[in-house]
Amino acid sequence: MSSLYEEINIAPASDVPVRQVTVYVNGEARTANVEPRLLLAHLLRQAFKLTGTHTGCDTTNCGACTVLFDGRPIKSCTMLAVQADGHKVETVEGLASASELHPLQEGFKQEHALQCGFCTPGMMMAAKALLEENLNPTEDEIRWALSGNLCRCTGYQNIVKAVLWAAEKMRAELN
Amino acid sequence: MYPSRFKYESPKTIAEAIKLLDAGKGEAKILAGGQSLVPMLKLRFAFPDQLVDINNIPGLDYIRFDADGSLHIGALVRHEHLEKSVEISKRQPTIAAAAPLVADPIVRARGTFVGSVCHADPQGDWAATMIALHGYVVVQGPKGKRNIEMKDFVLGPYATALNYNEIAIEAVIPAPKGVARGGYLKLERRVGDFATASVAVALDMNGDTVLGAGFALAGVGGKTIDANDAASALIGQKLTEATIAKAAALVAAKAEPRTDHRGSAEYKRHIIETFVKRILLANSAQKVA
Repeated sequence: MSSLYEEINIAPASDVPVRQVTVYVNGEARTANVEPRLLLAHLLRQAFKLTGTHTGCDTTNCGACTVLFDGRPIKSCTMLAVQADGHKVETVEGLASASELHPLQEGFKQEHALQCGFCTPGMMMAAKALLEENLNPTEDEIRWALSGNLCRCTGYQNIVKAVLWAAEKMRAELN
Repeated sequence: MYPSRFKYESPKTIAEAIKLLDAGKGEAKILAGGQSLVPMLKLRFAFPDQLVDINNIPGLDYIRFDADGSLHIGALVRHEHLEKSVEISKRQPTIAAAAPLVADPIVRARGTFVGSVCHADPQGDWAATMIALHGYVVVQGPKGKRNIEMKDFVLGPYATALNYNEIAIEAVIPAPKGVARGGYLKLERRVGDFATASVAVALDMNGDTVLGAGFALAGVGGKTIDANDAASALIGQKLTEATIAKAAALVAAKAEPRTDHRGSAEYKRHIIETFVKRILLANSAQKVA
């Protein structure tokens, strides 16, 4: 597991036991040995090589690292990897099926809701949490739900449109 | 950013958690939602030897109104639980108004009410709410439980009256004699920023007569500001233009704002006075009826 600590560049200390954790990531059980201080975002990116989850500000502001933890959105830079042991985590890699994009991904494409794309995975996961609770959100509700996610290209208008687009498609799919 | 090294335990009972805290001799820290603690660990403002994660202790996520009307909030109630609670929206308007203004929606899905109170940030929304509502914290240690009034709970920025081997297990809001009214307003430059100024107002009303009132401020001083003295302008009275103006002036006088990049001291004091007036006016007879 040394690769997990490459960035820290020192081996795990002997007095801090490394723990084995099993996390259900996008429906698949994944196991890793982690030091307690490892953050969930780094577990996903470095141990599981799921680099769709971005680390942006690293200070709980920007929301680029948003994933769903047991169905609720969290900033994965602000949770310890050990805390995810036995829990379900959904990342942006879990959105699309083998043959189709998720309606949110399609919506982002249709409405040109990404410029540099860095905030996009977090935006989509936060939007997914909203749509799971409310498939008919108003523009205002979408803005509130995404208020913990920053887009420094300031492309918010089209992001809101994309979520509306996805909601409409998902409602149509239900009928 | 990586936190410094710590040991991690996730006990299944409160008793086990207390044992770990006790053994830590002040170097062990409770981890609840982690939305303040984890950033502080990463910035290395905090470097405990051990974290005691209470998220796996069952039965701490309750929001309960007892038969006497008191409100009990368990240690693992997340901000969003309060934001979405129908009972809270019906019966506790100060908390209902503050809940959607805490941090941002994603932080609210994880951070806890009691954890925020224990973090004792002078800008914290819940500390102000607890002071205005005359709340108290139930803490448990090796010798059993004790209650600490919110006004005695926070000793200073990030410092509380908790002993190193005690854990805050519940926050309690005492029952109103009449009907609980009130509100919470916060001015922030953007969602998730520290408050430029915020005001918690708690009213205990019988019809349109004020039986009790509480006021507290955040963002306008080095600590949460207790402005409960201003209740004297309202108790036994109706909310009229004159009583509202008097109470708002008393509350604003308690603020200790400093001029900074969020605004001038005068501006912040003006905001406080305006917010108090708005909340009281919204709860006065002409608006309620």
